[in-house]
Amino acid sequence: MTLTQKLFGAAATVALTAGAAAADPAILFDLGGKFDKSFNESAYNGAERWAAETGGTYAEVEIQSDAQREQAIRRFAESGANPIVMAGFSWATPLAEVAADYPDTAFTIIDMVVDAPNVRSVVFNEHEGSYLVGMMAALSSETDTVSFVGGMDIPLIRKFACGYAQGALAANPDVTVISNMTGTTPAAWNDPVKGSELTLAQISQGADVVFAAAGGTGVGVLQTAADEGILSIGVDANQNHLHPGMVLTSMMKRVDLAVYDAMSDGPDMETGFNVMSVANHGVGFAMDANNENIVGYDVLAAAYAAAAAIESGELAVHDYSTDETCPALDF
Amino acid sequence: MDAMPKWADVILIPVISILLAAILSALVILAIGENPWAALKLMVDGALGSTYGWGYTIYYATNFIFTGLAVAIASQAKLFNIGGEGQALLGGLGVALICLYIPWPHWTIALLGAAAAAALFGAAWAAIPAFLQAKRGSHIVITTIMFNFIAAALLNYFLIGALKAPGMEPATAKFPEPTHLPSFQDMFNFGETTFFRGAPANVTFFVAIAACVFVWALVWRTRLGYEIRSFGESESAAKYAGINPTKIIMVTMLISGALAGMMAINNVQGEAERLVLNAAEGAGFIGIAVALMGRNHPFGVMLAALLFGFLYQGGAELALWTSIPRELIIVIQALVILFTGALDNMVRMPLERLFLSLRRA
Repeated sequence: MTLTQKLFGAAATVALTAGAAAADPAILFDLGGKFDKSFNESAYNGAERWAAETGGTYAEVEIQSDAQREQAIRRFAESGANPIVMAGFSWATPLAEVAADYPDTAFTIIDMVVDAPNVRSVVFNEHEGSYLVGMMAALSSETDTVSFVGGMDIPLIRKFACGYAQGALAANPDVTVISNMTGTTPAAWNDPVKGSELTLAQISQGADVVFAAAGGTGVGVLQTAADEGILSIGVDANQNHLHPGMVLTSMMKRVDLAVYDAMSDGPDMETGFNVMSVANHGVGFAMDANNENIVGYDVLAAAYAAAAAIESGELAVHDYSTDETCPALDF
Repeated sequence: MDAMPKWADVILIPVISILLAAILSALVILAIGENPWAALKLMVDGALGSTYGWGYTIYYATNFIFTGLAVAIASQAKLFNIGGEGQALLGGLGVALICLYIPWPHWTIALLGAAAAAALFGAAWAAIPAFLQAKRGSHIVITTIMFNFIAAALLNYFLIGALKAPGMEPATAKFPEPTHLPSFQDMFNFGETTFFRGAPANVTFFVAIAACVFVWALVWRTRLGYEIRSFGESESAAKYAGINPTKIIMVTMLISGALAGMMAINNVQGEAERLVLNAAEGAGFIGIAVALMGRNHPFGVMLAALLFGFLYQGGAELALWTSIPRELIIVIQALVILFTGALDNMVRMPLERLFLSLRRA
C-alpha cells in the first residue's frame, strides 16, 4: 500500500470515530486484552461469529485500568449500544452500580452474578468440566501423578484446580495431584516461561499429565509438556490442535457461546441467572481428530459416564466457590 | 555558567520533546490506517472538552502527582525510588484496614485517618530498602523494585484470604458510607447543570496540591531539605559537612514512601471505595516519568502529572471510539515517556550548542 492510499484510507476512517450506530451490541473485554488465547479471546470469537453470521457490527473496548470500567459501561450505554456484554468477574461491582441508570439497556455479564432486572448473568460450572478432565488425566497417567498449573491465585482458578483434583481422585484414589500457581500479579496470566518452568518441576516430581488453567501462560505449559513427551490438557477454548497427539483434551468453557447467545438475543434478551454446565454443553471436554488416538476407550467411557451422572444430578462435584474449601486439594 | 537560559531548560526542552513524540505518534497512527488529526481531536475533546473529561484527567493526575513527588524527593538525594508501585499498594492496604475496621463518623476525619495510614504503610514499605541501602549498601534500585513484587504478593495474600468479601472476586468489601470522599460532582454542584458527572476526581486532588507545596517548602525552605540536596550533590562533601548519610537516606525514603502510599486515598478510598488487586495499576512507574519530566520540582511534577492524566483519559477515549488497538495507545504513551525522559539529551545537546553559538555571535 502506498502512502497516498494510506492517507485516503485514513480520511475514510474518520467516520469511524463517530462511534457505533445505535442499537449495535457492544462488548467489553477484561484487562487481559482480547487476544489472550484464552478467556477474552473466546469472548471475542463469539462476537466475531455473531458479526459474521448476521453481517452486523459491534462496538468493543479493551480497558487499561479498573477506573475505566464504569466509564466504559456508561459511555456505551449513553451512545445507545444494546445489548452490552462484558467478560470477567471484575465488571460486577461497576455494573451493579450502573445498571439501574440505564433501564432500557440489556446487559450481560459473564463469570459473575449481578442481580438487576436488565442484567443477564452467565456463570460457568468450571468445576464440572475440570472434574471430567481430571478423571481423564488420572486414567491416562502411568505414574499415578497428575499436575495442575494455575494462572493467578484467585478463587476462580482454585475452582478449576479443586474440580480437577476431585475428578482425578475419583478415577484413581491412589493418584497424587500436584498443584502450582504461576504468580500473584496479573502478569501470571501471560508468563509462558514461568509456566514452562513449573511444568518441568512437576515432571521431575513424576507428573505425566498436566492441566493448565492459566491464560497465555498455558501456551508454555503445553509446549513444555509436548517437548518433554508428557500429556497436557488445554483450557477455555479447544487447544488440542496446538500439539496434535500430545494434548490429551481441553476443558472447554464456552464463553464464545455465552457472548454469541447474548448478541443474538439482542436488546429483548431474557435476563436473569444463566448457568453454563455440563448439562447444557457450556463446559465439557474437547474430542477431535487431534486427540482421538491418545484417549483410551476406557478413559472416554469413564468420562462420558461421569458426564451423564453429572447431567442427571446423580454426581455432584464440590464447587470451591460455595464455601472456599476443597475436599481433594490443599491450597 | 549554564549553557542555556533557565526558561529554555524548563519550557523549551519539554515542549520540543512532546512535539517530537506527537509527530512520531502521528506517523504510527497513520501507518495503521487511522487519521492522526481525528485521533488527536478525540483525545483532546475526550480529556479536556468537558467537565466529565476533566474529571478523569484530574483523577489520573492526582495519582501521578503523588507518585511523581515520591520519585522527585528521592531524586533530590540521588536515590532512585522505583518502588512507588509497591508503596502505593501497601498504602492501599493501610487505607482499607482503616476504612473497614474503624467506624468513622464523617469523611473529613476518615480522610485524615486514611491519609495517615496510607502514609505510614507506604513509608514502612520504603523503610526496609532504605535501611538496606543506608546500612548494608544494597542498591536501592534493586531492592525497591523487588519490593514491588513482594507487595503484590502480600496484597494477593490478604485479598484472597483475610480481607476478601464473600464471592469470587479477590477484593475487600465496599467501605462504609461515612468514609466515602466527596467527588468533584458532589463538590461543584451549583443549580441545574451537573458538572463532572460520574467522574472519579475527588477531594484528594487538593491533598495532592497541598503535598506539592509541602515538598517544595521541605526541599527548598528547610534545613532538612538543604541536607537532602547537599547529600544528593555529593555524599562525601555532605559527610564532611557533618551530615549523617544514614539519617538522610532513611528520612528521604520514608517521606518518599509516604507520598507514594498516599496515592491510595485517591484510587482506593476516593474512586474504588474498596481495595482490589493491583490497585496501583502502574501509577508508581508513571511517577518516574512524571518526575523526570517535571525536573524533580513539585510544580513541574504537577504539570507533567496533568499531561499524563490527559494521555490516560485521552487514551481511554481512543480505545472506546476508534479501532486503534490498546497496544498502540500504550506505544503513544511510551513515546512521550521516551522523549521526555530517556532521550532528554537528544534535544538538550543541539539546543545547548545553538544557544552557545548565539551567545558567541
